[in-house]
Amino acid sequence: MTDLTQLNLADARDGLAKKEFSAVELTQAHIDRVAASAALNAYVLETPEKALDMAAASDAKIAAGEARPLEGLPIGVKDLFCTKDVRTTACSNILGDFTPPYESTVTQNLWADGAVMLGKLNNDEFAMGSSNETSRFGPVVNPWKTGDTQLVPGGSSGGSSAAVAARLGIAATATDTGGSIRQPAAFTGTVGLKPTYGRCSRWGIVAFASSLDQAGPITHTVRDAAMMLNSMASFDKRDTTSVERDVPDYEAALTGNIKGLRVGIPQEYRVDNMPAEIEKLWQQGIEWLKAAGAEIVDVSLPHTKYALPAYYIIAPAEASSNLARYDGVRYGARQQGVDIDDMYAQTRAAGFGDEVKRRVMIGTYALSAGYYDAYYVKALQVRRLIAEDFTKAYEKCDVLLTPTTPSAAFELGKNVEDPLEMYLNDVFTVTVNLAGLPGISVPAGLDASGLPLGLQLIGKAFGEEELLRTAAVLEEATGFDAQPQDWWSA
Amino acid sequence: MAEKNNLISGATGDWEIVLGLEVHAQIDSNAKLFSGASTEFGAEPNAQVSLVDAAMPGMLPVINWFCVEQAVRTGLGLKAQINNYSVFDRKNYFYPDLPQGYQISQFQQPIVGTGAIEIDLADGEVKEIGIERLHLEQDAGKSLHDQHPNMSYVDLNRSGVALMEIVSDPDMRSAAEAQAYVKKLRAILRYLGTCDGNMEQGSLRADVNVSVRKPGDPLGTRCEIKNVNSIRFIGQAIEYEARRQVDLIEDGGTVEQQTRLFDPKSGETRAMRSKEEAHDYRYFPDPDLLPLEFTQEFVDEIAKDLPELPDDKKARFINDYGLTPYDAGVLVGEAENAAFFEAAAEGQDPKAVANMVIGSVFAGLNKADLDIGDSPVSAAQVGQLVGLIADDTVSGRSAKEVFELMFEDGPDQGKDPAVIIEEKGLKQVTDTGAIEAAVDEVIAANPDKVAQAKERPKMAGWFVGQVMQATGGKANPQAVNQLVLSKLGLD
Repeated sequence: MTDLTQLNLADARDGLAKKEFSAVELTQAHIDRVAASAALNAYVLETPEKALDMAAASDAKIAAGEARPLEGLPIGVKDLFCTKDVRTTACSNILGDFTPPYESTVTQNLWADGAVMLGKLNNDEFAMGSSNETSRFGPVVNPWKTGDTQLVPGGSSGGSSAAVAARLGIAATATDTGGSIRQPAAFTGTVGLKPTYGRCSRWGIVAFASSLDQAGPITHTVRDAAMMLNSMASFDKRDTTSVERDVPDYEAALTGNIKGLRVGIPQEYRVDNMPAEIEKLWQQGIEWLKAAGAEIVDVSLPHTKYALPAYYIIAPAEASSNLARYDGVRYGARQQGVDIDDMYAQTRAAGFGDEVKRRVMIGTYALSAGYYDAYYVKALQVRRLIAEDFTKAYEKCDVLLTPTTPSAAFELGKNVEDPLEMYLNDVFTVTVNLAGLPGISVPAGLDASGLPLGLQLIGKAFGEEELLRTAAVLEEATGFDAQPQDWWSA
Repeated sequence: MAEKNNLISGATGDWEIVLGLEVHAQIDSNAKLFSGASTEFGAEPNAQVSLVDAAMPGMLPVINWFCVEQAVRTGLGLKAQINNYSVFDRKNYFYPDLPQGYQISQFQQPIVGTGAIEIDLADGEVKEIGIERLHLEQDAGKSLHDQHPNMSYVDLNRSGVALMEIVSDPDMRSAAEAQAYVKKLRAILRYLGTCDGNMEQGSLRADVNVSVRKPGDPLGTRCEIKNVNSIRFIGQAIEYEARRQVDLIEDGGTVEQQTRLFDPKSGETRAMRSKEEAHDYRYFPDPDLLPLEFTQEFVDEIAKDLPELPDDKKARFINDYGLTPYDAGVLVGEAENAAFFEAAAEGQDPKAVANMVIGSVFAGLNKADLDIGDSPVSAAQVGQLVGLIADDTVSGRSAKEVFELMFEDGPDQGKDPAVIIEEKGLKQVTDTGAIEAAVDEVIAANPDKVAQAKERPKMAGWFVGQVMQATGGKANPQAVNQLVLSKLGLD
């Protein structure tokens, strides 16, 4: 039998439908591969028994001719998603062995459509990071490497990107607050889709920055991303920021035809010190889309340079408040103190890592009396201007094409001591979160050292069909089929 | 302008008290402001806590639209501006009974803007007190410090319950005015059905801002007395705090801006925290919630069903029933009392009914510690009894006895007054022959008093009393009076 872990989501679905293999076989292949992947540290909790139970149930469904859209397809779940009776920690010590008595809406949607859970995936603590080095469980290692140098898988969804790239799950759930789906996808040669804000429910996802957080998939292909989004997206009465809107058939939108599509190229994304290879890849992307019949339009997003500073006010401000509930009183880890204030201080000092503390402090400062107007209010104004930039650009074009990241995956530990350098990773992605738009990273090529690079397409609000259709055409044009060498299997 | 009679005197002259109130009124609703958990009072600790109320990871608030309706209804009752667009903010602070680490409240853009209510002063004057705003917010849970020698427990049943914070302008100048304000506000809320006004259960509590100044001077530094939970305590707290501030200033000190607590046992207020220790709440718009928006039709629909409010009802009682402002004011204090009166007054003399409701019904209920809803005597029976007095079936004096018998009958409201009068033989004697015989008897038995009466005609009253006693109160007093005067030759 062929290696079932080499299948993408759509092919595995079709193979199951044709009964070429069973869901249990497919799942077992992945369980075995996950079990041998400790060197990558992608999973923080493996749930093989649960996976096999779910797979067996899927086989019964398939046998009965009642297969659901993701029937029997084994996937990994970012540890930010609350999973009923399965430990959920957001990769923070402060949550201890927290085991939710509830299931997030997004994962519930996936299980309701027949998907199989392999386990919980590593991420930066509370999704704060761009390298997956802030996790309580230690860093995730990118399956791609240059020589002997170990690289980061991107973050915060580094477990998700590494798992998909290393074929430790056919797809993975992820979340994106400033680039946390697209940047790790770019670093690992995978597809990462951040949907429009409000497309997926945030209910049951550990919050980082509520106005920016959005769930999405990391997958092998654009088609797989469309399949995942079909199931993940829903209007949810329990999340009032989710939008009541039908979920179209995203897979059906992949017609391969983008003739006449206007692709905008934002001039402001030509940042200083951008590696020539990325500049070149971007140019190549333009040529590919042009060749497919798209019209290329120069557009301006003039407030782009303020996006990163605004993001690093708004996201920490919301986070400082969102993380106040982790106080040791009701759940998670508690440190004893001499009085209640001391208990809070001890609990939070021990429970949060440095990056989380840094952002809680930044956010607390930005919201403080006397600074609020200068920081938070100003950042919200910038945010509005950035959203208006996109609105204006979309008068001239339908989608935007940019690089996903300013560099390929970097060395583990390289930016740990330099948060500002780390934050620059988000330069091409944060604008999309600030404007609430959908964005997708598609692997487009390899750099000189053989590392994958991604191109980002940005769509209109709720323009996921057009976005995915364009991404699929781009994907096709790149002919990208590189895979990391398996050096990690034990 | 300072109202002279409200001033308090100090060594250096008179001082004026300036008072503003922030009243927290728990919205009468089955579910909490942002979760479906029950709000019923008195459940086992932590029995009414949803995942949202406990601030579990990933949980999100969802607005309870009934609470929004209630806030709009209250705003309309306060004749206030309704804001069709308002914003929920987070008020950030750490406390064990605050699971989220922030309270969802409304800071810069509240649901209700400026309004006013009129309060009735002792001298019959009416004074308008400005309402600055009304906003929606979550209640916190409750810390229990008496369950364990060295640990505190937390009960989250109240966590997330919907509150309306109603902020007045600093328009009150005496404890009595502040008390009248709370009473009036409470009555309005109860009329509207937006808050049960139960201060003992904490459904209504007030933060009282107190400052003092020499009349005509700018506002003094204020102290805020937190969470005062009875109208009597509000009075005591203000009296104590104003005097404290006057004494402090006159002794050469200055009032520090403080949050203070009132101790009902000692009747004193004590400092809780100073301005320097005040929290920086870091308010910002709650990103989990969209701005609260509704249409004018939504407001109009609520306005359509607004009940008659105390002021309007009082005016109507004065105009339509000819009641005194005082009686009307007493009757409209509670909607149920007013309804009881109106039911009793159906077809009867309203003033006589008002007298009996206030004099007998309220007094009886008060003594028996009963609510009007549990009155052993029904409104219809009160009406019947007033009617039986009016048509001379029973004397006013016997009517009192009839009322007491009905009251004692208990809550089954068994016997109508006519039945009791019949059974007890309390029917008024209007037969002049029988009365005449009684009068003759008393005159014959008291020749000395007769002689005195000739000198002092006022003595006639004594004879009337004797005759009434002899007839067991059943004689028509007017007939007795007439006969006594005539027999004594005084007419």
